[in-house]
Amino acid sequence: MAADEKAVVPYPWYLAPGPVLIPFTEAGSVGMGTGREDAVAVEVGLRINGTTRRLALDPRTTLLDALREHLRLTGAKKGCDHGQCGACTVHVNGRRVLSCLTLAIAAQGQEVTTIEGLADGEVLHPMQQAFLDRDGFQCGYCTPGQIMSAVALLLEPCGPDDDDVRECMSGNLCRCGAYPNIIAAIQDIRAGHS
Amino acid sequence: MQPFTYSAANEARDATRLAAADGGARYLAGGTTLVDLMKLHVEQPTQLIDINALPLAEVTELPDGTVRVGAMVRNSDLAHNAIIRARYPVLSQALLAGASGQLRNMATTGGNLLQRTRCLYFRDTAMPCNKREPGSGCSAIDGHNRGHAILGTSEACIATHPSDMAVALIALDARVRILGPNRERVIPLGELHRLPENHPEVETTLEQGELITALEIAPLPFAAHSLYLKVRDRASFAFALASAAVALEVRDGIVRDARVALGGVATKPWRSRDAEDALRGAPTSVESFRAAAEVALAGARPRRDNGFKVELAQRTLVRALTRLQRVGDRAHQ
Repeated sequence: MAADEKAVVPYPWYLAPGPVLIPFTEAGSVGMGTGREDAVAVEVGLRINGTTRRLALDPRTTLLDALREHLRLTGAKKGCDHGQCGACTVHVNGRRVLSCLTLAIAAQGQEVTTIEGLADGEVLHPMQQAFLDRDGFQCGYCTPGQIMSAVALLLEPCGPDDDDVRECMSGNLCRCGAYPNIIAAIQDIRAGHS
Repeated sequence: MQPFTYSAANEARDATRLAAADGGARYLAGGTTLVDLMKLHVEQPTQLIDINALPLAEVTELPDGTVRVGAMVRNSDLAHNAIIRARYPVLSQALLAGASGQLRNMATTGGNLLQRTRCLYFRDTAMPCNKREPGSGCSAIDGHNRGHAILGTSEACIATHPSDMAVALIALDARVRILGPNRERVIPLGELHRLPENHPEVETTLEQGELITALEIAPLPFAAHSLYLKVRDRASFAFALASAAVALEVRDGIVRDARVALGGVATKPWRSRDAEDALRGAPTSVESFRAAAEVALAGARPRRDNGFKVELAQRTLVRALTRLQRVGDRAHQ
């Protein structure tokens, strides 16, 4: 096993290595249908935050559910689960996408980065620090998605003004209404003073 | 979500053979519509064929100046493509008016064309819907239909086609390259989507297994002077209540040629050739634009909640033409 690989995460119904036939008697994955149907677990290899993880997954499992329910990476949040809120935003090959609308099996071979992979050890990513400095959150539920979106935005052709940032960040909802401070945090980083 | 088998295609023709042999097969591209609707049990494919590895993600220029857009080009990449921005700004603007940054990074050109309606009754399996369950009835015709279509409707379905991109593309006379198991064909975009009529469940002229591989946009020099205007309930990340894609060729204050298409108000991407005819030869005045807008909406059939769309679409079109004309005037000063 390569140094950067971790073992298959043991899961009660996935103890056997490799593809196995598993009759699902209850929902194998949160929010993924009735679970009464028979389904086949398949081995899925994912690159998460620079580490290769191997999982036995029902093909219906979204990347979000694979992260949260199977890898215990609960930073990416499940808000609407339908691509409308942005709480589940992660990076795939450096671009921001919605993990709730991405099937884990289809993310194989891609480099996935989650909020857990942003900091350098104990040193926060500048955008994380800027959200703290500017108080860019209240309840915090949307924050991982906001930060992942904000970090990706730095590499996108987004205009310079606050209104441009509002438009570029419109895929991330904040029901606490922390928008002014979120914009301020992002503009701090874009202006180069963090 | 219903169970499905999954495979990743390496070769387009193989994918079409696989899909043609199985009525339950669907292609998985960006997944932004399909995965969403699978969770709602609206889409229930038994086989997913992942086409993300197919080499269809390039924008290339053909010798005759036609721009070919691979079906897997992501919406964000197409919006920011230098050729598209220079020659077809209406397309770039339409793409950026749609969805969110994350969705545009995922959604593909081919998938955008095939996205399903946002009609709430279509998305709710507890409600009758002729599009989802043929013959069950239309809940929208006498229901909450504020967002629904006023053009191209039938007594069976009034669902709006939600795409912004397709509205710009139909104004640009784009063509669709389609690969099947036995043949390849190219059709005008106007022949891809069907009107609902008595079979709203059949949305396109694609046959089982056929795969959109590219879009082709022929040279249209005056499209460098084009614009997309979208009106919606909130400033960003919302579907259109009304939108207009317009291009104008103006000489000496007279419209020599025009392209007009409407979004948010029709059951398919809606080109208005009547409005174009009305504009051709007319002076570039608000009166001419208003006359064209009236013609464009002449066939509108509003329902209980969406009567406002008739005037809204007219005003959207007039404003789009006016704004485009002002940009042109400034450019010539």
